[in-house]
Amino acid sequence: MAARKRFPNYLNQSRGWRSWLLTTDHKRIAVMYLVAVLTAFLVGGIFAMLIRIEHLTPGQTIMTAEQYNRVFTMHGVVMVFLFVIPAIPVSLGNFVLPLMLGAKDLAFPRLNLAAFYVYLLGALFTITAMVTGGVDTGWTFYTPYSTTTHGSVGLMTMGLFILGISSVITAINFMVTIHQMRAPGMGWFEMPLFCWGIYATSVIQVLATPVLGITLVLLLMERVFQMGIFDSRLGGDPILFQHFFWFYAHPVVYVMILPGMAIISEIIPTFSRKTIFGYKAIAYSTLAIAGIGFLVWGHHMFVAGQSELATVIFSLLTFLVAIPSGVKVFNWLATMYRGSISFEAPMLYAIVFILLFGIGGLAGLFLGALSVDVHLHDTYFVVAHFHFVMMGGTVMAFLGGLHYWWPKMTGRMYSEKAARVACALIFVGFNMTFLTQFVLGSRGMPRRYYTYLNQFQPLHAFSTFGSWVLGLGLFVVLAYLLASLRKPMDAPGNPWGGTTLEWTTQSPPLSENFVEPPVAERLPYDYRPAETSA
Amino acid sequence: MSVFFLASVAVPMAFFLWKYRRRPGQSATPHITGNWKLEVAWTVIPLVLVLIVFTRGLSGYLDAQETPAQALEIQVTAQKWQWQFEYPDGTESVNELHVPVNTPVRLMMSSEDVIHDFFVPDLRIKRDVLPDRYSQLSFDIPQTGLHAVECSQYCGKGHSSIIAKLYVDTEPQYEEWLKKGLEAEKKMPLGKLGKKLYDTKGCSTCHSLDGTREDGPSWKGLYGRTNQMADGRVLKVDENYLRRAILEPNSMLLPDYAPLMPTFQGSLRDREVRALIEFIKAQQ
Repeated sequence: MAARKRFPNYLNQSRGWRSWLLTTDHKRIAVMYLVAVLTAFLVGGIFAMLIRIEHLTPGQTIMTAEQYNRVFTMHGVVMVFLFVIPAIPVSLGNFVLPLMLGAKDLAFPRLNLAAFYVYLLGALFTITAMVTGGVDTGWTFYTPYSTTTHGSVGLMTMGLFILGISSVITAINFMVTIHQMRAPGMGWFEMPLFCWGIYATSVIQVLATPVLGITLVLLLMERVFQMGIFDSRLGGDPILFQHFFWFYAHPVVYVMILPGMAIISEIIPTFSRKTIFGYKAIAYSTLAIAGIGFLVWGHHMFVAGQSELATVIFSLLTFLVAIPSGVKVFNWLATMYRGSISFEAPMLYAIVFILLFGIGGLAGLFLGALSVDVHLHDTYFVVAHFHFVMMGGTVMAFLGGLHYWWPKMTGRMYSEKAARVACALIFVGFNMTFLTQFVLGSRGMPRRYYTYLNQFQPLHAFSTFGSWVLGLGLFVVLAYLLASLRKPMDAPGNPWGGTTLEWTTQSPPLSENFVEPPVAERLPYDYRPAETSA
Repeated sequence: MSVFFLASVAVPMAFFLWKYRRRPGQSATPHITGNWKLEVAWTVIPLVLVLIVFTRGLSGYLDAQETPAQALEIQVTAQKWQWQFEYPDGTESVNELHVPVNTPVRLMMSSEDVIHDFFVPDLRIKRDVLPDRYSQLSFDIPQTGLHAVECSQYCGKGHSSIIAKLYVDTEPQYEEWLKKGLEAEKKMPLGKLGKKLYDTKGCSTCHSLDGTREDGPSWKGLYGRTNQMADGRVLKVDENYLRRAILEPNSMLLPDYAPLMPTFQGSLRDREVRALIEFIKAQQ
């Protein structure tokens, strides 16, 4: 394959700003999205660092209570809405989904570009809200606090509404693509598992995001026109807001994690040189998570005042949703069994993912247990739990996927040695930061606290030092990835020995993706020598 | 339990990663596509285990929900940013809750503004406190002691500083506290009592002592100044001014300050008001 003629690729085929800003090529749009979500990650990360520095000492370290409340809100909003929710689908998904299916592009290339600009518009609103007045409600916008506080809550909810539109457009685009544009010979259960993950994610986006949109509009109506919906002073019900919000926001947790799991399902067979164990079990567990995920929102409200019966049912369902995640993990382990495992950067991130997601998920079991949750609810234990699954899970998978497909996207290999050092730094820094917070939470440190009791100071300081190690690790990643761009395009078409269709074209791919429309002759992850496979 | 689960993932993973690491010259791997018996096993076994955890969590939760019929009922009012407690005999206290040991207690809680949450980490009890709705929390503490009450539902600027004290007293101590009010405070000099009230009644959340502008005017140099009020009156800050500002804050609004201060009518004894005035006078 290396000897094959290189065609002009999607990066160098045309030049100039217009060729990027008006492109309908899913690969170019994916690269623009990648820049956007990484910028959001950087901004959210800076807010995170400020939070940690503030917590070096109780009382005022570098900011006042009001500033702190704004900073943690902006950290949450930027990370959740501008980074974690869209990150994997719009950047990596946009890039590799058509390639994996053997398609030329997404089903609606222009709509894809439109969604990108809608995303930018939403981001613009959100950022404007931050610099004009700021928002101090937390990313959850609980009423009646959010309807009575000062600041640019209205502008920000508008921004999130617009971002939601972008998510829905993209999700529909992905679903149609998966339905209509699979290569000849590729049935549903012959798609790479990444496509299953993206499909399930898109279904959740389409069903749940409108609920957020409606909720935000109602919030805005109440704030601006004093319509009584959530504020009890106006005849509304504040608990209703929490139901609406979590009916969206809990399924969205799976929007964040399913694409991450999908990436891991690609990386592990490739670096184990072995076919995936239990393909159908993984595909069905993806759908099960997406389905049950809609029925557990009430576990965010165990102490909020919902009925005891509802509380008990939500607790039970919460335990059930853990099972399909466990099934995936066991299948990944079984895939490694008797494989031929190599340890390049993507595989390292996959291993880190399994460990951190495992810890985060099991901590979730504690929280699902009612009597324990009452104590741990709204403490740092919860903070640690969702950082383990979101950062330890989704972000690690995102980094794994970025390293996995970087040669495909850019045509360049990065420094493997630097990548290993960075992965180690991130792993150590992450655990210093967040394992500590499990301890803080179980000792009764509530979340969103500007100041805290003196007894917590050593643990808080340790967590802050951890965040510096973590930040350093992430900057190392940025440095060697950017450095790799200065090299000539030297990546082979299939550097890792992958079996899915994206590896059959050159790196970076040509604008049309494939020289000839590919036909799926073999199942994905089939590592048997060509002549013996069916 | 969790350690067991984690080990059941991490140990085989470490073993596989080492045992099946890539060796030079190796190319073929066995083509194993799945095993439904194994799938069923690792679905059903964790399912049974989590159901055990669920039932254990459930029984603990239901025990905590039971309210004895004969409970001592205390009314709790939360607001930005203080806790107010009212006892069956009409006694009131702010940011200081006294309950007798070994007695079932029921808190009837509601909020004046946004959602707060009554959280006692030491006792592992927690309940949201909502506006215009009562939420209940029952407990029966078997030991005397002092515990911190924290707010664990984000409520703005003072969220982390409305920490109340929960005193679990012996029965006689509790009765005495109710009857005599705070005996020790009665003997305290006014200025010292004022300082204590400043720290415990929530004044410090909005009024600084060093001249820093916060949600309310700083107390430094306040006494003796002449203020232009929001309604145009020009008043000299004297004892009567301060008394009215504490008891009827909405009739003493200053321009540039939002009407945030709650009234302390009924929640401060007369001597406590005098103590606060004395303390403010001393901040020159």
